[in-house]
Amino acid sequence: MSTKHIWITRDFLRCSGCRMCEIACSLSHEGKIWPDASRIRVFMYAPGIEFPHLCAQCHDHPCVEACPTTPKALSVDEKTGAIVVDREKCISCGNCIRACPGHVPFLHPKDNKATICDLCNGDPQCVKVCREAGFDCLNVVTYDKGQGEALNYRVYARDPKAIAEGLTELMFGEKMEV
Amino acid sequence: MRGYAGKFAEIDLTNESVKEVRFDETTLRSYIGGRGLAAKILWDRLGEKWDEVDPLGPENILLLLSGPMTGFYPGGRLCISGKSPQSNGITGSTVAGEFAVELKCAGWDGLIITGKAKKPSYILVKDSKIEIRDATHVWGKDGKQTLLKLSKEVREEFDKKYRERLWREPAMVYIGPAGENRCRVAGVQAKWAHGAGYGGYGAVMGSKNLKAVLAEGTGPLPEVYDQAKMLELLNQVRKASIANDVWRRWGTGYLGYYVGNIQSSEPVKNWQEEWHDEKSFAVDQFESRVWVKRYWADFGCPTACEKLSVVRCGDFKGAITDNPDYETQAYMGTNLAVFTPEANVYLNSLIEDLGFCGIQVGNILGFTAELYQRGIISKEDLDGVELKWGDAKAFAKVAEMIAYRKGLGDILAEGTYRAAIKLGQIKGKDLLQYAVQAKGIGIGAHGIRSGLDYPQLHSYTCGAQGGDHTSVAYLPITHPSSEHTTMLMDSGVYCMFNSFSVTPQFQIDFLNAVTGFNISFEEWYNEIAMRIIAIQRAALLIGGPDAKWFGSDVNPPRFYEPLPTGPCKGKAPKPEDVEKMNKEYYKTVGWDERGIPTSETLNKLGLSNVDAVLKKKLGL
Repeated sequence: MSTKHIWITRDFLRCSGCRMCEIACSLSHEGKIWPDASRIRVFMYAPGIEFPHLCAQCHDHPCVEACPTTPKALSVDEKTGAIVVDREKCISCGNCIRACPGHVPFLHPKDNKATICDLCNGDPQCVKVCREAGFDCLNVVTYDKGQGEALNYRVYARDPKAIAEGLTELMFGEKMEV
Repeated sequence: MRGYAGKFAEIDLTNESVKEVRFDETTLRSYIGGRGLAAKILWDRLGEKWDEVDPLGPENILLLLSGPMTGFYPGGRLCISGKSPQSNGITGSTVAGEFAVELKCAGWDGLIITGKAKKPSYILVKDSKIEIRDATHVWGKDGKQTLLKLSKEVREEFDKKYRERLWREPAMVYIGPAGENRCRVAGVQAKWAHGAGYGGYGAVMGSKNLKAVLAEGTGPLPEVYDQAKMLELLNQVRKASIANDVWRRWGTGYLGYYVGNIQSSEPVKNWQEEWHDEKSFAVDQFESRVWVKRYWADFGCPTACEKLSVVRCGDFKGAITDNPDYETQAYMGTNLAVFTPEANVYLNSLIEDLGFCGIQVGNILGFTAELYQRGIISKEDLDGVELKWGDAKAFAKVAEMIAYRKGLGDILAEGTYRAAIKLGQIKGKDLLQYAVQAKGIGIGAHGIRSGLDYPQLHSYTCGAQGGDHTSVAYLPITHPSSEHTTMLMDSGVYCMFNSFSVTPQFQIDFLNAVTGFNISFEEWYNEIAMRIIAIQRAALLIGGPDAKWFGSDVNPPRFYEPLPTGPCKGKAPKPEDVEKMNKEYYKTVGWDERGIPTSETLNKLGLSNVDAVLKKKLGL
């Protein structure tokens, strides 16, 4: 039987900028409301152009490749396809951030360890709260490991500045420098 | 202390110094935060010389305060206060956005800004570090340019300096040219189309040479007293707000037609009428013609009553604003006889760029157009502009004259009350009869004549914030519309539109879960809210240096003219009925028959110092 993995898809035009996803993520991972420690972060380079930014689980895992420790601090969770961080092994070098095409990982504000979305073990809290509110920007899709993996990261693992500029054109009718 | 970051920063712009200020638990429990704490801070520091303090002088204090509920309760807001250049009293003016949340995450409950910077400056809060920086390069820039430039600059600087992440934009409040030029109708802006308008604190920022304040906090929100309880209540209020579909679906924008057509209480042509039947102004027209985002929210908000509106083609191409919300739909629309969504969005976008409060500038623009209609001022007075009702571009020109204080704009920039007096002297006429304001503050777009809207006859005459429609005197005081209730939102500092679907008791429970204060319903209404309102009332009565309001608990004359059109034609309150309501309200809140809080009331609230100063200043 093939392994089922999940992706969190994002409809940027539906993001309200409410950041309830950050609240849910930090409550679940940190036990408190901590927007800057949330694994999902909403960027707002221009008001009205809010969108969520989080790991897109690239099939070639450049962040894992770039992790210099032996054994690696970053690895792929076989069950969900998420990138998991062994905080004990992380040396806070920042290589994973630089290797990521969307600069998604960050060093945790508390202990400087690499921090990446772990897909909440298959039940992402951010998606739940977004859908409860009816904003429906986030969605969970299930796929068989090995099926169409390249597409997700091509859509989402991009520099947020480029995403924002594209969105200004869509929303305001002309490109706005952000 | 739970729910609070625990410290405030006092920033002296004159000496470019920053120091930490703390308030003990008793003070915080007695005043909560935001508007309540603002009243306490201002009275403690300026009370004894209140009548001498120039709101636009360096001696005024600008307060940017969060509250214990900020960040926890859905809909993050920031409360801005100081001595108001409109009323000469204290206004707690709140604005939505992420600023106060970032501030708390940076470890500060608020900023107390004093003095005056030598040159255009901005303040940057990055966690524990607070800097006063040069803002010469953005001085004079409009709202949107200021926001984009400063937030990009700081974001890129953080990206270089702190390499552990890709940085988000810092949260920001700022002023436009109107604030720089100390127009009393200037607001403090946030994001786009977000503003703290009532009070005129944009002018206070301008008078301090302060263009913007930016904040970035990387810490968590403070610990709360009972997290399990707080999360349970959070879940309930989110569900209730989601179920309250009116605000979610349409925002307050649906009122642009409804309040005028059904309630007959929307300003039309400077309140000469309060009814219209312009279906082109119905919210579905806005949705199909200008909305580009159906749900636009601020921190933690499931309601998303804001909608992003953009004009993408035609005469007004490039205009960007929110919903527009009801107040600016009315004041930038019906009050100027502008009834097309695109023109309304254009005017909103423009006045936000200029840095105005939409309500206050819409009030003065309507006033000016009525003077033009009556031939009291001419085309020549307006540098050649023919200010005809409905002409959005003509109103835009006058708005620019006000922002840059050009020609007659210099007088109009003083706000409707002061402009009416000054122009009246020049023209030799009583122009206050056309000024729709209470205590120097232009009245929000909810009239009293039809009796079908929520304000009562004495709502604006006795309100602690004059014409502010979000803070009205109301009987009974425990009603959700009463300022004793909205005080909770302004002092806990969270959003009113996530509060309509829960009871005041629920909100007090939430406050208790966050802070552990264990405040009862009775204590809130009879002590805490009363205490804050008593200080605001004392400041209003004393006023100064120019306007004072002792003996001025009156509605604008226009509110006694019978409605000329619509199903409520002929309706108007009787002055004696208003007077009766005033007296009844005075009695309920412990003021004497002249509207002065009695010594007994003030002593009971622990305000004997306010009593002494008030009686001395009023010469009693």
